[in-house]
Amino acid sequence: MSYRLVNWFKLASPQKFYPVAGKMIPLFWLLAAAFGVAGLWLGFFVAPTDATQGEGYRIIFIHVPTSWMSMFIYLVMAAWAGLGLALNARLSGMMAQALAPTGALMAFLSLWTGAFWGKPMWGAWWVWDARLTSELILFFLYLGFMALQSAIDDPRRADKAGAIVVLVGVVNVPVIYFSVKWWNTLHQGASISINKAPSMAMTMLWGMLLMALCLWMYSIAVALMRVRAIMLERESHTDWVKQLAEVKA
Amino acid sequence: MIWHSAADFFAMGGYGLYVWGSFGVCALAMVLEPWLLRQRRSQALRSLQREMRAQQMNKERT
Repeated sequence: MSYRLVNWFKLASPQKFYPVAGKMIPLFWLLAAAFGVAGLWLGFFVAPTDATQGEGYRIIFIHVPTSWMSMFIYLVMAAWAGLGLALNARLSGMMAQALAPTGALMAFLSLWTGAFWGKPMWGAWWVWDARLTSELILFFLYLGFMALQSAIDDPRRADKAGAIVVLVGVVNVPVIYFSVKWWNTLHQGASISINKAPSMAMTMLWGMLLMALCLWMYSIAVALMRVRAIMLERESHTDWVKQLAEVKA
Repeated sequence: MIWHSAADFFAMGGYGLYVWGSFGVCALAMVLEPWLLRQRRSQALRSLQREMRAQQMNKERT
């Protein structure tokens, strides 16, 4: 037990994490590609036409995964932020900073694909509905965190201030998730829930899950790429960065 | 097979604009983001190398 703990703490230094992340990036790209091909195949060539929404429903295969990821990345970011406040580890702040733009992108894509789904089905690109509005707030929370971090010159202080904002904003995630239950909304209910059988064909469900896995792997790959760039920028004064083969070359 | 032809596939039963408008923008974003990150990395590496060269020159001068 203690052996494992020590190893984790070792990995938590940017110096140790940087090469490990570099090795993992191609693996996550490969997984993202594999899940993406499988998910798109199921979504476009296997899943049947929807009885009420025709082919338009196929937006679900990208809309639901981006929405899930926008919320999930926020939770992961909050976990890193909390860890950063508790342990004052450099890596935590860097990870939170690396995840934010990808989370913001997922929130944006969720809103974008939602608009492209809402227009043909509801007749409007946008409505001030509880689900849509709370997702928009999530997008603004990401942007607010990023703006706050870049406004503070000292990165360690920026990490702390950002972490507090992220932790306060966590309250919005369950609001998004349960918004379709708590309020009467135009948005349809949850596609999948834990306590009841999914209300869709199995092929549709698998297509959606595979696309979600694809975006998950993509997000990890991109976050690792970004955290490596952040490490080079923030730790540029340190010896370990100067000793890197790619810097010496 | 659901689709009778390629045109049928791209038409998406009349929802072509909406389906491809969603998937297209997502695909674009997922190409742009890693590309921008590669730029950011090479920029960071370049500035590190510049800094190290400058230090080297300083050392040689003194």
